[in-house]
Amino acid sequence: MNDIMSKSANPIPLKERMKMPRQAMPEQPPLLRAVNFKEVNLGYSEDLARQEAQRCLACAKPACVNDCPVGVNVKDFVELIVAGDFLGAAAKIREDNVLPAITGRVCPQEDHCEGGCLMGKKVTPLGIGYLERFVADYEQRHMDRSKIRRAASTGKKVAIVGSGPSGLTAAGDLVQKGHEVHVFEALHELGGVLVYGIPEFRLPKQIIREQIDYMRAMGVHFETNVVVGKTVTINELMEEEGFDAVFIGTGAGLPQFMGIPGEHFNGVYSANEFLTRINLMHAYEFPNYDEPMVDFRGKDVAVIGGGNTALDSIRSALRLGARKAYVLYRRSDAEMPARKEEVKHAKQEGIEFQVLTAPVEFLADDKGWLTAARCIRMELGEPDASGRRRPVPKEGSEFDLPLSVAVIAIGTSANPLIQSTTPGLATNKRNYIEADPMTQRTSRRGVFAGGDIVTGSATVILAMGAGRRAAKSIHEYLTSGKW
Amino acid sequence: MFKILHAEFIAPGIKRFVIEAPRIARKQKPGQFVILRLYEQGERIPLTIERSDPARGTINIVVQSLGKTTNLLNSLETGDSVLDIVGPLGKPSEIENFGTVVIMGGGVGTAMAYPTAAALKKAGNRVISIVGARNKELVIEEKEMREVSDTLMITTDDGTYADKGFVTDKLRQLIENGTRIDLVLAVGPIPMMRAVAEMTRKEKIRTIVSLNPIMIDGTGMCGGCRVLIDGKSEFACVDGPEFDAHRIDFAVLVQRNAMYRAAEQKSMDNFKAEQDSLLAKMRDRETDCALAGGGQ
Repeated sequence: MNDIMSKSANPIPLKERMKMPRQAMPEQPPLLRAVNFKEVNLGYSEDLARQEAQRCLACAKPACVNDCPVGVNVKDFVELIVAGDFLGAAAKIREDNVLPAITGRVCPQEDHCEGGCLMGKKVTPLGIGYLERFVADYEQRHMDRSKIRRAASTGKKVAIVGSGPSGLTAAGDLVQKGHEVHVFEALHELGGVLVYGIPEFRLPKQIIREQIDYMRAMGVHFETNVVVGKTVTINELMEEEGFDAVFIGTGAGLPQFMGIPGEHFNGVYSANEFLTRINLMHAYEFPNYDEPMVDFRGKDVAVIGGGNTALDSIRSALRLGARKAYVLYRRSDAEMPARKEEVKHAKQEGIEFQVLTAPVEFLADDKGWLTAARCIRMELGEPDASGRRRPVPKEGSEFDLPLSVAVIAIGTSANPLIQSTTPGLATNKRNYIEADPMTQRTSRRGVFAGGDIVTGSATVILAMGAGRRAAKSIHEYLTSGKW
Repeated sequence: MFKILHAEFIAPGIKRFVIEAPRIARKQKPGQFVILRLYEQGERIPLTIERSDPARGTINIVVQSLGKTTNLLNSLETGDSVLDIVGPLGKPSEIENFGTVVIMGGGVGTAMAYPTAAALKKAGNRVISIVGARNKELVIEEKEMREVSDTLMITTDDGTYADKGFVTDKLRQLIENGTRIDLVLAVGPIPMMRAVAEMTRKEKIRTIVSLNPIMIDGTGMCGGCRVLIDGKSEFACVDGPEFDAHRIDFAVLVQRNAMYRAAEQKSMDNFKAEQDSLLAKMRDRETDCALAGGGQ
């Protein structure tokens, strides 16, 4: 216990704290939320936040800070909540994380800050994500934007390609150093995967808008409808538009299909298309929005895959009126990569999980509309290259699952648009961009890359970590001139 | 926001727009397209670029009124604006000296075929163009096509102008006359492109068609535009839009394009009632939209 010290602002004795369970997150009741797109979690009140913050043991060597990919000073911001200084807590987070309202909602905290929390070994880990979300939302309601200070200009220009989590993080960090930052986005809305990928019920678009407005107030320039590699190349940005450095954060890109018969049938979607229609294009509000979607009411829908994207897809289908909503995952519950809270929420809402199951073929009617997925059951064999036990098909276990819609959420591969138009930019075997894991430098002088376009599909916070490291080394490069 | 510098109907229901889009104008090559969105609640639709003027910073698109979005677009006038335009997307047409090329344009497809015809002519090809339309009024780009063609043939379905018949009739004549054809490029309705493909397959004449499936982002991200090429999925937005016609599964293309027919009809029905209010809203919208970055 000697690495734990008590804090004066916290009235609860250490021993008592260790008996307190985590304050539950208020949420929409499952049956109600399963039919709307409003946010599931409602957020802590000020009282709940302070009570939860008081559970913090204020460790001398806080694992939470170490385990955060962007190094948020968790212990300090939690102490500021205990003291009732919520704006101070927000400012403390912002030192390391420019998107706290987003990470507070979508980070897999169990893998990072909350994973090593000492309270987790006693009762339940501190609700760090919930607290982060609380202070970010509080700041949004109470902060005076006119007080945002702009750093003195360095006269250097940086282009950020992609407005997803890595790009926004790099932009936020760089503008605070006084660099002129321009973010280029291919789509018509800013936010990348936060906008087209993550549904309203998990991350309301308004939150992203507010975070981006905050960045505009910090001085970041945004230009939508620019596909770098098509509309303009990296070379043109550097040679003709006067950018001193470029950060590529374009995300994972191309949806993977399974390569099984029938993937072209009507009703079979990639998760990217399915979610883009719903999130970016608001197809769930048709006909008030023009983008159409298959009518889900009374239909049976399955998603193939076990990640967050899969759960986002199937929970969206449920909200669009699906009668049966299945997750088909080829491994078991234990290997499922989705955030634990999402799995819990999905189960509460009535999503049926069929684990150790994979489709081998899609079947359709004579007009080409999906009618069923022929599936096979799996069992787990020896561990594969990923360290997870390899699913092995069980002979003779085939069965047909009647379906009107199937969403394929088995991952993505690298979009080659930039690699193929940027001479000298080294890529790996899978065509992801090669970047130094510490500095995010690529093989091209002045060009940095990070996030899914370097690592393949990962999480929002890992992409933000890369954006942060890139901003640091871009700043070093711009100030030293050394490559 | 992208300003419409000029808009005029070139045939009933077919309008040509000159739009300010300097970044796209600078990079556009024949065969490429843009995706546009007219207003906040709008869908994204792909449209081929007819030509561009890098010096003026403008692109031209030619649009036929079909569904809600194209009808709304065609009700816009000089001075109006389009909310979002992104491009140039897709692979450019393959331009080299093939020898003799036959360019076939069906309906509004003629406007899409024009830039490639012009480039092929410039590359030294002998260009035989066959332009078809339902009737006299719908024959478009005759002057432009004549300028870039060694021979121009025109057909109308009803015989009200030039020769009565289909573009494929002219192609058959060329083949039967023993004309040496090194490449056929056909752009038009799917049944026309399919008929051309069937005709040239037997003759082993290389044939390229430009596909226009349903798209959203246009950068390869969603996979909605996938088409079956030799039984394998390819994305029209990044692997196309032009493909070898003999490798395309046209039946699947037709099937996938019909996916939202009911919703499209509903949108079109609603549109008739809301056209005026939509136009008013678009003309009076604020330029600074919530999440939009404000194209420069």
